[in-house]
Amino acid sequence: MHTVNRPVRRVDALGKVLGESRYGADLRFEGMLYGKVLRTPFPYARILNIDTARALALPGVEAVLTAADIPGLHTFGTVIPNQQVLAKEVVRYHGDGVALVAAATPALAQQALDLIRVQYQELAGIFDPAQAMAEGAPLLHADSPGNIAAHHVLEKGEVEEGFARSDIILEREYETQLVEHAYIEPEVAVAVPQAGHRGVTVYGSIQNPFSCRKALSRILGLKLNEIRVIQSFMGGSFGGKDEIMSALCARAALLALKTGKPVQMVNTREESIREGYKRHPYKLRYKVGATREGKLMAMEIKIIADAGAYASQTPFVTWRSVVQATGPYVVPHVRTNIYGVYTNNCYTGAFRGFGSPQIIFAQESLLDELAEELGMEPLELRRLNGFRQGSVTATGQKLDNHQVSLMEVLDKAVEKSDYLAKRRQYAAQSGRFRKGIGLACSFRGCSLGAEGVDATGAMVSVQYDGSVYVYSGLAENGQGLQTIFSQIAAEELGISLERVRFMETDTALIPDGGPTVASRSTLMGGNAVRLAAAKVRETLLGAALEKLRAAAEELAWGGDRIWVKADPSRSISFEEAVNAACAKGELLTQLGWYKAPRVSWDDRHGQGDAYFTYVYGCQVAEVEVDMETGYTRVLKITAAHDVGRAINPETVRGQIYGGVAQGLGYALLEEMQQHEGEIKSLNFDEYLIPGICDMPEIEAIIVENPDGYGPYGAKTIGEPTLEVTAPAIASAVAQATGRRLRQLPLDLERVLLGRSLQKERYKRREGGC
Amino acid sequence: MNKLPVTLIVNGREYKLTVDANERLLDTLRLQLRLTGTKEGCGVGECGACSVILDGQLVNSCMVLTAQCDGARVETVEGLGTATKLHPLQQAFIDYNAVQCGFCTPGMLMAAKALLDKNPDPSEAEIRQGLSGVLCRCTGYKQIADAVKAAAREEK
Repeated sequence: MHTVNRPVRRVDALGKVLGESRYGADLRFEGMLYGKVLRTPFPYARILNIDTARALALPGVEAVLTAADIPGLHTFGTVIPNQQVLAKEVVRYHGDGVALVAAATPALAQQALDLIRVQYQELAGIFDPAQAMAEGAPLLHADSPGNIAAHHVLEKGEVEEGFARSDIILEREYETQLVEHAYIEPEVAVAVPQAGHRGVTVYGSIQNPFSCRKALSRILGLKLNEIRVIQSFMGGSFGGKDEIMSALCARAALLALKTGKPVQMVNTREESIREGYKRHPYKLRYKVGATREGKLMAMEIKIIADAGAYASQTPFVTWRSVVQATGPYVVPHVRTNIYGVYTNNCYTGAFRGFGSPQIIFAQESLLDELAEELGMEPLELRRLNGFRQGSVTATGQKLDNHQVSLMEVLDKAVEKSDYLAKRRQYAAQSGRFRKGIGLACSFRGCSLGAEGVDATGAMVSVQYDGSVYVYSGLAENGQGLQTIFSQIAAEELGISLERVRFMETDTALIPDGGPTVASRSTLMGGNAVRLAAAKVRETLLGAALEKLRAAAEELAWGGDRIWVKADPSRSISFEEAVNAACAKGELLTQLGWYKAPRVSWDDRHGQGDAYFTYVYGCQVAEVEVDMETGYTRVLKITAAHDVGRAINPETVRGQIYGGVAQGLGYALLEEMQQHEGEIKSLNFDEYLIPGICDMPEIEAIIVENPDGYGPYGAKTIGEPTLEVTAPAIASAVAQATGRRLRQLPLDLERVLLGRSLQKERYKRREGGC
Repeated sequence: MNKLPVTLIVNGREYKLTVDANERLLDTLRLQLRLTGTKEGCGVGECGACSVILDGQLVNSCMVLTAQCDGARVETVEGLGTATKLHPLQQAFIDYNAVQCGFCTPGMLMAAKALLDKNPDPSEAEIRQGLSGVLCRCTGYKQIADAVKAAAREEK
């Protein structure tokens, strides 16, 4: 391989270091107006009346719209379309919009918002999922009994029997927090009416252009081919620019179609945090049974996830949780119930990890606690129960179609971090600063699995002069997709990377290949690029055959040439092959379409081959805790991840470092404050994400066990990197302090006092203190 | 709104401008001069995406009023280098995979330049201190710190 598996430079870096790459907020069109949305001051209320007359009368204001002006439906959503682009009768959370304004300047638009008068009848909101599930609780969505947005069950074996045959049974409760994506670029959309016919073109920070187009079609009452969505450069997403972007794009499009002018809408950071969906807070109850020797016998798990006001991705997020809730361990008897529950809190949805960070925190903490009860080293407990080749998961899937590398990543992380020696060294400490070391493991299903249809496309188009376009239905969100796909195209065609130009994702130019989520791009999209490029290569080789007077199997290619294997002096350049093919009228543009291998799922029992392949990861965290302040400094993270094959080792390392940073924030710093549905931490002065000085040394260990399904064996890296960091840190903190904390994040209060003071703080404030 | 005349020297070029009294330097750069390389991430001086160098000092341009900058020299990412003649920092950011989504990159580059202008041979700790005003959510910062270290070596 000449381009794949090498640390080539990113193809999109030049424009970014020059400051020339155009993000959504950098776009400007002739006659462009600025849009703003008015949001509800209440988390739950009935809208009685909206008076827009004074706003409309303000000079410079060109449109004021409410839900009544929506030509199509006012709701959208991937699974259960109950999210409102503008609230019609009822506002269901503090981020709901009720009216739109387009004006000549952003200041005028803001001024107009202040002139809109809305009469509300405030309703008693429900902010605790347990209350929402309780018998007789009012229904927040009429069609969802018990306020249940999703319920997944998994039954394997006979759980009661498993506990009966256990020597030790442990019951523990864990809790994880509400977390913000905190991409540095707030959301932006620009909608431009199409000239000469019905339709609208939308640009912006759109993670999933096709999901966005689908929502717009429903809301605007337009055909899919009347809506063109073109992705701008993305200032980060991490799962977070999906539904919020559909809403923003729809709003901009409503204003653009009403005024006949381009309309730009840019969220401030406060608007972004107030409206944007977050990572689900989970309450998890785990009961585990094991033999005296440490063999896991049974687990019973009940999880409640706060879905907030709308379904968003809750059904899928909680489904991944139910599949992976017992971790990468053989447990013969399992019963899991997970509920996603509607409340009037900020809605929750997709965020890197997607239902895994919560359960891994619980399950890895639980294993540590069990090990302690058994008087075992946590590592040994994992070695005793961890997946090996041919192990069967909780869903009854036999892991035999790929390399089950849990022990390999575990061993590598343990060895490189000197885990065992340090674990012994830190076992007994006194004094103010105390160190600890801990580890956590995971397995993760790649791509969408049995969530739904999983297929995607890419187009490779070779031009007369030997330059190449690559188009993809999946999108560059900053992760490096353009580089990876360009490398694969160059590899298949045997050409230099410089020939390849990656085109921005445009719904008019490529078939709908599903969303850029679930760490599926390299695996799914990479296969599609490879198929497309291979088809073009076959045509080029066909043309070369005549020139070189050789049979197909005698040819080799690479380094911008095609030659006869037995006699490399008989060769032609890539351009000559292109010319020869063109002269024969051959097609040098091909679409590659990759459908995921078969998966299966029995919804009643939670059994089946949930994903077609899996990846394995292990991280070791070393910390130092200040026992007087509760401040935890992470000294080192050692991260070993099996990626199948690293298409680009340098961008894989970038994913690992970045994922660890987000995992560290999840572990120690980040907790979105929300009181009675109102988000309190609206900017980075109150919501703290890791800065450069918070970051420890990170040792990234790339493990490669090529997968039969992946392009060149490549699988997945985006999400696994962050899902194991927090439990590894929590384990290290537990060793350092001698106290196990079961709630994230491990901030100063929790480490020092064992509990958070935040909730009391809001109660006190309301009391008038 | 009160309008004020202001002269700015941006990336070595002089501009005579009329600005609103409450206009932020960030908006003057992005909207009046169309220098959109400088980004807005938070508007409250926390994220550093809008970092520029003002008379030799690294500032958050969202926290500076243009009217206060009369006669000042402003350096933005657009003045750093060109596609054919990249600044060593820009080259190092490409070479060390220090760029992911790229939204913090202009701010990071300007913070790094401000640091190297004052301290051409910074230690790892000094590099981290120098970049601590700019948040990045993608990279975990390691490759950025490595790039700055390499650029410092290159410049020597």
